[in-house]
Amino acid sequence: METYTAMRQFADSWGLVFLFVVFVGVVLFMFRPGAKAAAERAAQIPLKED
Amino acid sequence: MKYAFETIAVGIGAFLALLGVAFAKDDLFEAHMWVLFFVLLVSTVLLLRRIKFSSASVETADDKSGYFDEVVRYGIIATTFWGIVGFLVGVVVALQLAYPDLNIEPWLNFGRTRPLHTSAVVFAFGGNALLATSFYVVQRTCRARLFGGDLAWFVFWGYQLFIVMAATGYLLGITQGREYAEPEWYVDLWLTVVWVAYLIVFMGTLFKRKEPHIYVANWFYLAFIVTIAMLHIVNNLAIPVSFLGVKSYSAFAGVQDALTQWWYGHNAVGFFLTAGFLGMMYYFIPKQAGRPVYSYRLSIIHFWALIFLYIWAGPHHLHYTALPDWAQTLGMVFSIMLWMPSWGGMINGLMTLSGAWDKIRTDPIIRMMVIAVAFYGMSTFEGPMMSIKAVNSLSHYTDWTIGHVHSGALGWVGMISFGAIYYLVPKLWGRNRLYSMRLVNWHFWLATLGIVVYAAVLWVAGIQQGLMWREYNDQGFLVYSFAESVDAMHPYYVLRSIGGLMYLVGALIMGWNVLMTILGHERNEAPIPGSEPAMQPAE
Repeated sequence: METYTAMRQFADSWGLVFLFVVFVGVVLFMFRPGAKAAAERAAQIPLKED
Repeated sequence: MKYAFETIAVGIGAFLALLGVAFAKDDLFEAHMWVLFFVLLVSTVLLLRRIKFSSASVETADDKSGYFDEVVRYGIIATTFWGIVGFLVGVVVALQLAYPDLNIEPWLNFGRTRPLHTSAVVFAFGGNALLATSFYVVQRTCRARLFGGDLAWFVFWGYQLFIVMAATGYLLGITQGREYAEPEWYVDLWLTVVWVAYLIVFMGTLFKRKEPHIYVANWFYLAFIVTIAMLHIVNNLAIPVSFLGVKSYSAFAGVQDALTQWWYGHNAVGFFLTAGFLGMMYYFIPKQAGRPVYSYRLSIIHFWALIFLYIWAGPHHLHYTALPDWAQTLGMVFSIMLWMPSWGGMINGLMTLSGAWDKIRTDPIIRMMVIAVAFYGMSTFEGPMMSIKAVNSLSHYTDWTIGHVHSGALGWVGMISFGAIYYLVPKLWGRNRLYSMRLVNWHFWLATLGIVVYAAVLWVAGIQQGLMWREYNDQGFLVYSFAESVDAMHPYYVLRSIGGLMYLVGALIMGWNVLMTILGHERNEAPIPGSEPAMQPAE
C-alpha cells in the first residue's frame, strides 16, 4: 500500500477513534462528582488579587 | 554590568548584517540587509547608553509587586502604536481600491501594501496584544514572576524586529506569496527562534506557578503559542535558492502546497485570532465585571471542542478546486461543527455579566468587551455558513469574504484588545483611572459604527459581485465581463473606506487617551450617568 493511502486510512479509522475518545473523556471528566466545586474554586482565581 | 552581553550580541548582529550586504546574491537581499544593519546599529547605540556599570542591583518599582510588568507596559504601547499604523495602512489600501491612482509604483502599490496591512494588524497589533496580555495574565493567575528573567525582553524586541523585517520586506517586494505568511525564509527562521523563547517563558512560568490549578485563560494562550509554532514551521518549510539570497521554494507542490497554506491560514484565524483572544476574554471580562466566569466547566469544554475541531476546517478555503472532494467536505463539516464551541464560548462570555447587566450602560469598557463577544458570535455564525459549498459558490473570491474577516477582526479581535488595553493602562502605570471615560465611549461608538458600515457595505458588494459573475443570458453567455463587476464596486469601496476611517479615528482617540493616562492626567469631565452612586445632599 502506498504511504498516502496507508496514512489516510489510519487517520480516518484509529486516528478518528482516538481523538473522539479523548474528547468524550474530557467532557465526562468535567461532569465527574466534585467537578462543580472544583470548577467554582478555579473560576475565582483571577479575582483573588489586584 | 547589566546589558553588556545584550549590547555585544546586537553589535555582532549588526556586523553580520553588514556582511550580508557585502556578499548578497541579489539586490533585494542587499537592500533588506541594509535595513537590518541600520536597525541593529541604532539598537546597539541605544543599548550602549543603557549599560549600567554599577554592580549593585538597583531596586525598581517592579520588584515590589514581584511581577515582571515593564515588558507588559512596552507591549501595551507597542500594541497601541502598531494598531494605529495597521488601521492607517488599511484605510490607504481601501482607498487604493477605490482610486487606483493612489497606487504609487513600485513600493506602494496594492500588491505590497495589502500584506503590509494584514501583517500589521494581525501580527503587529494582534501579536503584541497577545504577547503583553499573556505575560500579564500568566503572572497574575499563576501568582509567579515570569520565567527566564530578561528572556521576556528578547521575546518582545525580537518580535518587533520580525515585524520591521517583514514590513520592509513587503515594501521592497520580498514575498513568498503565502497569505499571512509572506516573509521569506530568513525572516521565518528568526520568528521561529523568538517563538521558541516565547514558549519557554510562558511554559516556565506555568511550571513554577504557586496556584495549583492552571486557569483556563492560560490554556487558551498556551494552545495559541504551541499551535502557531507548529503551523509556522510546517507552512514555511522551504529550500532557499542561495544562502544569502531572498528566494526560496516551498517543500510542497501543487494542491498539497495549497492545502498546507490554508491549513496554516485558517488556523492562524483559529489559534492566533481566536484562541489567544479567548484567553483575553476569560481573564479581562471577569476582572472588569468583578464576577467569575459564568460556567468554568463550559469554558473547559469550549477549549477542547474548539481545538479539536478548528484544526480541520482549513480545506473550506479550497472549495471547487483541485483539492479532493472528500477533503473539501471534511473542511465544510468541521466548520459547521465549530458553531457549537464558538457559541458555547460566546454564551459563556456574555452570561458572565448575568446579574450585572447594568454595567453595559454605565461602564464603556465592559460595553467594548460585550460588543467584542457579540461580534465573535456573529462572525462565527457567518463563517460556518460561508463554508457550506453552495453558499461558498456565491461568496468565494468576492468582497463578502473581506467583510466577514473584518467583522471578526475589527469586531472581535480589535474590540476585546481595546477593552484589555483600557483595563490595563491605569493598572500598569498606577493611575486612579483612565484619562477619560467619555473618550472611551467615543471610541466605542466610532468603532462600532465603522464596523457596521464596513460589514454591511461589503455584504451588498460581495453578493452583487457574486451574482454578476454567475449571470447568464438565455443563450448561455455570461452577461457581465469581469471589468464591469470591478467598475460596479466603486461606490462600495468608497463607503468601506469611510467605515475603516471611522475605526481609525476611534483608535487615534484611544492613543490620545492612553498617552494622557500614562502621563498622569485626569480629564475633568462629568461621569458616565449611573457609573457613580448618586450624591446625597448634605442635611
